[in-house]
Amino acid sequence: MTRSSTWKVARAVAAKDLRIELRSRVVTNQVVPFAGLVMVMFAFALDNDTVLERVSGGLIWLATLFSLFILVQRSFAIDTADGALDSLRVAGVSPSGIFLGKALTLMIELLLLELTLTAAAIVLYRVDLRPSSLVVLVTCMVWATLGLAFVGTLYGGLAAGMSGRETLLPLLLLPVVAPVLIGATKATEAAFRINGVAISDGWPWIGLLAVFAVVFGIGGYSAFGALIDE
Amino acid sequence: MNIDNTATPDAVAGVGTKTSRGVGLLGLGVMTWVVVSGLFLTPADKNQGDAVRIMYVHVPTAWIAYLAFAVTGATSLVVLISKRPALGFDRVAGASAEVGVMFMALTLISGSLWGRLTWGEYWAWDPRLTTTAFMFVTYIGYLAVRNLGGSQQQRAKRSAVLAALAVLEIPLVHFSVVLWRSLHQSASVLSADGDIRMDGMMLFTLFAGVVGFTLTYVWLVMHRSRLMLMRGVIEDIGLEAAIRERQRDLSGATQ
Repeated sequence: MTRSSTWKVARAVAAKDLRIELRSRVVTNQVVPFAGLVMVMFAFALDNDTVLERVSGGLIWLATLFSLFILVQRSFAIDTADGALDSLRVAGVSPSGIFLGKALTLMIELLLLELTLTAAAIVLYRVDLRPSSLVVLVTCMVWATLGLAFVGTLYGGLAAGMSGRETLLPLLLLPVVAPVLIGATKATEAAFRINGVAISDGWPWIGLLAVFAVVFGIGGYSAFGALIDE
Repeated sequence: MNIDNTATPDAVAGVGTKTSRGVGLLGLGVMTWVVVSGLFLTPADKNQGDAVRIMYVHVPTAWIAYLAFAVTGATSLVVLISKRPALGFDRVAGASAEVGVMFMALTLISGSLWGRLTWGEYWAWDPRLTTTAFMFVTYIGYLAVRNLGGSQQQRAKRSAVLAALAVLEIPLVHFSVVLWRSLHQSASVLSADGDIRMDGMMLFTLFAGVVGFTLTYVWLVMHRSRLMLMRGVIEDIGLEAAIRERQRDLSGATQ
């Protein structure tokens, strides 16, 4: 399979998934409101404005992780329900292309979600976001999202087609995404200048996020075929 | 029923072999010595008192858990690289992960008991402890995937990929937790651990513990992988019998 056809498959798979999402509106009507609700629930549980502002970075990423499980399950439910994934494999479509396409869709959905959650944090948790922090915040979001999308697609593919995958996916995925939670939380805290942390302190954490994304990007690209082979 | 075509003939004789019995007996002997020496012959520590005796279980179980996961990783890589379905390696990978999870649970339990007695806390957010806990959860997930259905080849491939991913994941988790903690704690609580001056008998008992637990690990993995082999044989027999029965039904129907 040549590189250009892999990329072509990736674009086709992403276009298909995004079209389904645009028509069904599950992401905008269910997942985003769910994540927003989680942010409100955190406020109920913590019940303290100062604490909320201090932990806002972590809460944004926790809400993202919870939503990630739903998004990944949804992404593969579309394909496994009618055996579409098997059909793609039988048709000889490049598994790396499917992996990239699914990850691309997940990345777009996650970015949309993270922007909404950051807006919610500004409104609900009174986070002070200055324009000077935007570069760190956006870079952090891009790398974290890339890592989450790769790892989510990889483990989603693994759990797809197995009975009991609904309960298995969080168990498999949560320990793996711990570095993203740590790195993204710290970088976001730097961007929000929480506890007097300098904005530039966010960069080493973004480095961690980048390493994570690259490692699991390469891992997923090469291992996805073996995972979805039935 | 003849199953010689599907597995080695002695596979039905039992899970024990001459070698596994030898390893088991040797392990039992060394472990008895560790119990006697650890509880009665070694002195109590000047600072930690009798709590130090937990070390004779804690350190070897931690070492075995890491060894077990390393074996799972290595055998899984063989499964991935090998052109033919390397089911034997897959069985060792699975057996080793099972035993590793058990030993890691023992490590976490004995460690938190020791921590309560020595630091006054069951748990500390130390990088080593946190990584250990993550490894524990990761391999529980690995075992959960192994227990899901599918053919033996399919399961072997799928779990091998998962084990290879765990090899990628663990250093990343460890590195990120080290970075995370470095901002909070100036010195790790566990660094005091390295300062323990050990008396000769204590060191010898600890060494015997490592040997004894390693033998126990080898014994358990041998038994578990043979049990898995036998289970696979039974699955094959079941399938063959079902096919034969179906063929008999069909030929009966046509007559």
